[in-house]
Amino acid sequence: MPEIIHVSVNGIAVAVESGTTVAAAVLQCGISSFRRSVTGEPRGPLCGMGICFECRVTVDRLAHAKSCQTLCTPGMEITTDE
Amino acid sequence: MRQTFDVAIVGAGIVGAACALECAQAELKVAIIESSIVGGGATAAAMGHIVAMDDSEAQFSLTRFSQQLWNTLRTELPREVEFELTGTIWVAADEDEMSAVRNKNRYFTSRGVPAEVLDAAALKQAEPNLRPGLVGALLVPEDSVIYPPTAARWLAERAQQCGASLVRGKAIRLRGGSVEIADGTAISSSLVVNATGAWAPELTPGLEIRKRKGHLVITDRYSGFLRHQLVELGYLKSAHSVTSDSCAFNVQPRATGQILIGSSRQYGAEHSAIDHKIVAGMLARACEYMPALGKMAAVRCWTGFRAATPDKLPLIGPSVTDQKIWLATGHEGLGITTSLGTAKLLVDQIVGRRSAIPIEPYLPARGSREHVYA
Repeated sequence: MPEIIHVSVNGIAVAVESGTTVAAAVLQCGISSFRRSVTGEPRGPLCGMGICFECRVTVDRLAHAKSCQTLCTPGMEITTDE
Repeated sequence: MRQTFDVAIVGAGIVGAACALECAQAELKVAIIESSIVGGGATAAAMGHIVAMDDSEAQFSLTRFSQQLWNTLRTELPREVEFELTGTIWVAADEDEMSAVRNKNRYFTSRGVPAEVLDAAALKQAEPNLRPGLVGALLVPEDSVIYPPTAARWLAERAQQCGASLVRGKAIRLRGGSVEIADGTAISSSLVVNATGAWAPELTPGLEIRKRKGHLVITDRYSGFLRHQLVELGYLKSAHSVTSDSCAFNVQPRATGQILIGSSRQYGAEHSAIDHKIVAGMLARACEYMPALGKMAAVRCWTGFRAATPDKLPLIGPSVTDQKIWLATGHEGLGITTSLGTAKLLVDQIVGRRSAIPIEPYLPARGSREHVYA
């Protein structure tokens, strides 16, 4: 049985299996706009392998974390659409 | 019909572009000759810090005069020039540097430059992301920040609107009376101005200008992290060293929320490739002062070449060897600031106007005069 950990996405507690990426946790919440482009357009994961930089979110108050390359840790605070 | 110009300026960096505009506004018939894009050399590589400096009385006069010209121009600058009155904070890490802060404060305030000494608590409030334990700082609120390549482009475009001609081509030889272009043509002009920065000795052999290489790093967007241009006072020690490579803490907030991280100085490094040891040293120094920078994402790193003279002052005026070949180069790390003042002093000499500040310290002949009287 995989361990269950809790993170928060935009202030809402979310339970995920350990080993889940931040991108998967955000998608699990039904969110598709991970961030806004410079001109305000919604952006989300495209390549899923850390190359395109489209899936960036704020993790523990630090902007521009690549959500597809970051694993959830207990208590992590994830903020999207900034 | 072949055109003849009053002034042909070689190099459309920020200095050449500013000189072209000033010439055109003085109703001189001016050509700017550029082999690449406007503002694409040291101008594009520079930080864009408009700063009053106090290394010498002459350096102060030119930087302060130029800064006031920028501040007058600010309402006319288009948005893409990104002019922001950020102010500079000179950061003191120990008591020695704090006494330098007090000296700098006396120097500036006695010459009419607003400045304010910050204690540790005031510094923390001004820039909360600096590490604890710093002793204090000097805030100079009239310093500002611009985006140099767009500023150069704007100056060049305005010059053209005032009648200047922009000629695309690589100047290969300067003569009193003409500039030879690589394609075999020549631009005929009464005066020729070499404004090619660190490359000036290639066109005017014998100039005492050395390339001083610098690296910069820019981060992704972290709005609100940094508010002022921050420079360590130790910068003065490292910037003055003429022998060794040096790195100093020097960071700048961009209008985009990005943070520009500098700065390095190297003599004898002629290649533009990034030197990773230097970048590592520069980033380590930045993280010493602002530890949270270490977790941020950098998006780009580049190099550029400052045009350094032996006495740290630019060369503005007729060359020693040929009175028809003039110089506007040797600005080292202050070319963005002093471009506007340089243009005024150059054109004052061309048209015989009285200058707002004494021009003698910047005349190219100063070195040879010293030699004669030595």
